[in-house]
Amino acid sequence: MRELKVFAVVVIVTLITYWGVEPFAHSQMHPHVDAPDYSYSDVDGLKGIVGNAEAGAELVAANCTACHSIESQGFPKIMDNATAAASYGVVPPDLGSAGKLYDANYLAAFIKDPVTASKLAHVYTGEKAHPMPAYNWMSDEEIANIVAYLQSIAPAEMSNKEVFTNACSRCHGIKYADMMGGSMAAQTPKADIKAYMGKLPPDLSQYIKSRGENYLHEFINDPQKHLHGTAMPRVGLTKASEDQVVAYMTEVGDSKKAERNSTGLNVLAYLVIFAIFAWLWKAKIWREVH
Amino acid sequence: MAHFTKANSVGEWFDQRLATTKFMKVMMTEYWIPKDVNFLWAMGVVLAVTFKILIISGIFLMMYYKPDVNLAFDSVNYTIMQEVAYGWLFRHMHAVAASVVFLIIYIHMLTGIYYGSYKKGREMIWISGMLLFVTFSAAGFSGYMLPWGQMSYWAAMVITNLFGGVPLIGDALVVWIRGDFNVADATLTRFFMLHVFLLPIVIIGIIALHFYSLRVPHVNNQEGADIDFDAEAEKYLAGNKKDSKVIPFWPVFLSKDFAVLGVFLIFYFYLVFFHYGFAMDPINFDPADNMVTPPHIYPEWYFLWSYEVLRGFFFDIAGIKAFDLGLAAFGVANVIFFLLPFIDRDPEVLPAHRRPRFNIWFWILIVDLLVLTVYGKLPPTGVNAWVGFFASVTFLVLFIALPFVTKADAKARGAL
Repeated sequence: MRELKVFAVVVIVTLITYWGVEPFAHSQMHPHVDAPDYSYSDVDGLKGIVGNAEAGAELVAANCTACHSIESQGFPKIMDNATAAASYGVVPPDLGSAGKLYDANYLAAFIKDPVTASKLAHVYTGEKAHPMPAYNWMSDEEIANIVAYLQSIAPAEMSNKEVFTNACSRCHGIKYADMMGGSMAAQTPKADIKAYMGKLPPDLSQYIKSRGENYLHEFINDPQKHLHGTAMPRVGLTKASEDQVVAYMTEVGDSKKAERNSTGLNVLAYLVIFAIFAWLWKAKIWREVH
Repeated sequence: MAHFTKANSVGEWFDQRLATTKFMKVMMTEYWIPKDVNFLWAMGVVLAVTFKILIISGIFLMMYYKPDVNLAFDSVNYTIMQEVAYGWLFRHMHAVAASVVFLIIYIHMLTGIYYGSYKKGREMIWISGMLLFVTFSAAGFSGYMLPWGQMSYWAAMVITNLFGGVPLIGDALVVWIRGDFNVADATLTRFFMLHVFLLPIVIIGIIALHFYSLRVPHVNNQEGADIDFDAEAEKYLAGNKKDSKVIPFWPVFLSKDFAVLGVFLIFYFYLVFFHYGFAMDPINFDPADNMVTPPHIYPEWYFLWSYEVLRGFFFDIAGIKAFDLGLAAFGVANVIFFLLPFIDRDPEVLPAHRRPRFNIWFWILIVDLLVLTVYGKLPPTGVNAWVGFFASVTFLVLFIALPFVTKADAKARGAL
């Protein structure tokens, strides 16, 4: 009985220490932020208008393909990545998957006014212009038509890697995905992206470890919440796309997760058996001396 | 030369040459331990096993680790964690054991303090144990630098800077320790040498001393009873095992150690596989960057209490700079436990529950260490800074009061 009391004291003091240095300390150092808002309720979006994809096709051909490729629809890249980056500051995205990756309301708001939708008014203050002009001269119907077209051409299924490459790789590298070949470096050359963003966007190989799943979701959904004043735009990913991005970062940054979990259960099962035998042996030996 | 006859078995052959039978008796079957002990007495063996885990996992890690500022981070986080078969397991085992070993060291130390196991002939056990605490701390700190993440770099920066507070030679000392004006490649390679060679060798040597220092005064027991080990051993060997107050190290004492070890290993491996974040700080998964200071720099949890004593003095007092005051207090905090056997003025070995004033002192110490540890991690602003200050002062006052507290207990008992 006395031994159990001693054990209880040790456990309690250990748990208080753990609580103090981990959950409590982290709650003090990392203030709570609101949960991600995947409906992008603050943006000036579609306003319920259902667009016409055919009409949108014409608008896109006339307004977007001068800078953006849509390779799946026969609009090839006009320049290679380095030249595009030198011209625009950053490589413009191919629009073939935009209708799937990005929330429709957000997409409408972004076309209308990229700076406001991406929450970068503090970066593009006037001296520096966003590489994509605002299309606020278009009517809401026209913008809805563009969104409808982008949605109509988007693939139904994309791999985690494709989602990551389309949504993140223009600025961010994730070198652990291809350490030898180097194919997962950022598409925009380092010097250009550094000039464009003000600093080099970090390689994301270990971000699943350094930031954790929760933080990544909160951050990607709205970077300003955790890092006020950052030059990273709010990109407007749907929840499904964001899940795929985080899943890809886990595949790359924590590739042994499944092995860890299954090995862990086996090792613990073995140790429970070891502990049982150890206690039985101890009881047998001590019966002789007590 | 001794007279050798032909041996009839391999065992006998070795016995003739190495006295293995005698050796087993001295080290195992006739090495006597008091019977009146609880599970806290198993912490020595738990520590020995944890140290063995550190050595073995460390050897595997060293096969792939690269001590170079350009390669270190990826050699750990890519090569070891993702490419090498079960490399992640060895890293997790190493990192978690490095953290858990301090939990057990603290339990072991506080057990010694509670039961008064550091005096009346046991001073060298205590002092060699404290030397182990210091060398383990150095090993923990040097090892933390090796992954070359943000926390590795900035912790190295902050801690090596402390040596700048040493009078007269401070600035030169910092450069000498770093091998550079900054924390840089030279710093990493020398801390690698310390971590994988010099410190482990020294630790193994001190462990041997620590074990040896137990032989003459013997292990303490729950009531601090003075046991006549020779008489009790004779009783045991005569078959009177139930009456004897002692048990042999093997198999009786170790059987209990193994049982405790079984529980400990479940706890430890649960942490290794499912709850390792506390031992592998997320910030250290960002590569070291000397241009970006992390918003919060803090040491691993086991250094927090002394770190808080260091920064608890955040304002100048009587013309002495806050930095110097903190450094002096930090120095005292790291040395004072060595002196425990000499500032405890109670001549008898008794557990704290039989020394009423010391008992109160002990639990205040526990609470104070808890407060220091928790506030050592929090940002030192506003009220946190004052809590840290008062907890640091309390820590120092506790040790100033100890001789008087222990003497009063002894007087009340009529022992003085």
